[in-house]
Amino acid sequence: MSETVLFAFEAALNGLTVGIMYSLVALGFVLIFKASGIFNFAQGVMALFAALTLVGFMTGQVPFSHLINAALGTNIHHFGFTLPALLAIPMTVAVMVGMAWLIERLVLKHLVNQEPIILFMATIGLAYFLEGLGDIMWGAEVKPLDVGLPQGGNIWFEENTQWLGFGNENFWGFYIDTLNLYALVIAAVLVTFLVIFSQYTKQGRALRAVADDHQAALSVGISLRFIWVLTWSIAGIVALVAGIMWGSKSGVQFSLSLIALKALPVLILGGFTSIPGAIIGGLMIGVGEKLFDFFMQPIIGGATENWFAYMLALVFLLVRPQGLFGEKIIERV
Amino acid sequence: MLYREAGDFKSTYSSDNQTFPIRGDRYAYWVALGFAFLVVPFFLGDYWANSIVIPFLIYVIAALGLNLLIGYCGQLSLGTAAFMAVGAYATFKLTTSFPGLNIYIVFLLSGLVTAGVGVLFGLPSLKIKGFYLAVATLAAQFFLIWLFTRQGWFFNYSSTGMIGMPERSMFGIIITGAAASSTAVYMTCLIFVVGMAWLARNLTRGTLGRTWMATRDMDIAAEIIGVNPMISKLSAFAVSSFFVGVSGALMFGVYLGAAEAGEAFSINKSFLVLFMVIIGGLGSILGSFLGAAFLVGLPVLLKLLLVDLMGWPADLARHFEVMVIGALIVIVLILEPHGIAALWRTIKDKLRLWPFPH
Repeated sequence: MSETVLFAFEAALNGLTVGIMYSLVALGFVLIFKASGIFNFAQGVMALFAALTLVGFMTGQVPFSHLINAALGTNIHHFGFTLPALLAIPMTVAVMVGMAWLIERLVLKHLVNQEPIILFMATIGLAYFLEGLGDIMWGAEVKPLDVGLPQGGNIWFEENTQWLGFGNENFWGFYIDTLNLYALVIAAVLVTFLVIFSQYTKQGRALRAVADDHQAALSVGISLRFIWVLTWSIAGIVALVAGIMWGSKSGVQFSLSLIALKALPVLILGGFTSIPGAIIGGLMIGVGEKLFDFFMQPIIGGATENWFAYMLALVFLLVRPQGLFGEKIIERV
Repeated sequence: MLYREAGDFKSTYSSDNQTFPIRGDRYAYWVALGFAFLVVPFFLGDYWANSIVIPFLIYVIAALGLNLLIGYCGQLSLGTAAFMAVGAYATFKLTTSFPGLNIYIVFLLSGLVTAGVGVLFGLPSLKIKGFYLAVATLAAQFFLIWLFTRQGWFFNYSSTGMIGMPERSMFGIIITGAAASSTAVYMTCLIFVVGMAWLARNLTRGTLGRTWMATRDMDIAAEIIGVNPMISKLSAFAVSSFFVGVSGALMFGVYLGAAEAGEAFSINKSFLVLFMVIIGGLGSILGSFLGAAFLVGLPVLLKLLLVDLMGWPADLARHFEVMVIGALIVIVLILEPHGIAALWRTIKDKLRLWPFPH
């Protein structure tokens, strides 16, 4: 096979694994949108915040240490012990659940029955707040995150795909991060879990009832507020998973929340209300932007990943505004 | 008592239709204008000019533009910074290609170029709305910034990838470039702000503004009563982009002097202008002024308080500022969805009855 085709394949393969990351973030968006009709702009920052908290717990950082040092003139930064990931992750989950509760209490409760656009802007404010809070709590520097996931390229995969080169000396097999393979598996497990949860448990059914019709759900005795806390908690946990995956790959840093912006075009492609749509949309965007970059780089220059997803979404919106799997948007006066 | 509406009788239609029908408002307006033109230039120090007054004036224009789009026409845009970049790069290309062109005309032409680009990216608004449209405008943000940082033609193939403003003057007074005095820059910005605010105010009072508001309140109903949604939405995008473009042109031309699209016009700037509009008050001209003043003043105030007074490190103060702004957005949306402008309205109601509340 010719090299171009092989490299294009490799680019597509890498795109697939990047796409999984986008899918993970998009999943959080979809969950909240389905249950409350809120377009949660803060999902990306939640992933960042979760990852920061996890690193903070694992390394035994003192929260708000910079603030305390500045205010009191002390010089504290670490408790002096480290926690294993297995203990730190449940603690972070607890923090995310607490945050969901607080968000419902302090923000959402007061904004019931507002227009979606107002709620959207409120979540932008929330995103800023969490970003500032995360930085003040844990410091703004890039932190490595190691929860025991393997790093580096996958030798096994490389060796077993070398034959595809058919004697081509420049081809050493497809390079792929082991971490990305893990991400694939974890995403699959997560989606299965969510589907089982929403189909077969009582709370899951309540969740779907609320998503279907707020008023009807209220009238059969489902507590809307509990459901909201529940969805935001689940979204927080999904954010934690996304944060762990992305943080293990390139360190926990602010760019994480920018990556999350890319979940927006993913949603447009997949449809705002569809969980499989989020996964497939993420994969499509991931593969699409890598291939586009691969083929167009010689012609129009690099770094097209910055905008390709958004432009694709823009074109898609003009043709099929509800996305691939979304429900058709019907408007009534 | 202090703020009286009674006893102010009108005898002609034109006096009844004027912008400030209440005498107190009118006097306040002229006093403010006189103060800005005749008093401030003589007492304006460099620090005040560069850290507060000039950014404030420039952001007012951007906030006015975005407010026309979001507050009056109901179309959410997250690509404001990119349109500011269009204005800035249009100014750069125009001044370097036509060195003889009057600089004020360059700024206005940049606004027109931006209006064209704005209409182009406003086209999706004909089919979609709400946050779908927000994502579409994000496409403008990322695509345009990529264009300006990667395609050499836009920055004249300079090795740094930055654009720099050459020196230009009018009536013998240097307005742009490093040699310009802050008074000249201030006057330039002020003239544009007054002109643009006048334009915005009168546009929103007229037919165009009413079609925008009809579209905002319910686009289907507006269509049924005969508002052409295409003209309404696209004109909103055009006018809004014109304002934002002029603001970007001034930002680059007279304030920054040199800029790089990815840094000076990043998405954070889009959000900043959006926040000005929200905090100031959606659908209010006064609100755009108040919002811009608040968000330009807040960081300076916080820095003064936290860094200079309490001795915090600067980066900590900056994170704190981000947090405060985020919290403020949420609080404003919960307590007063119409922003500071609505607060002002409440104060007026109180003043009307003061000191006899019943």
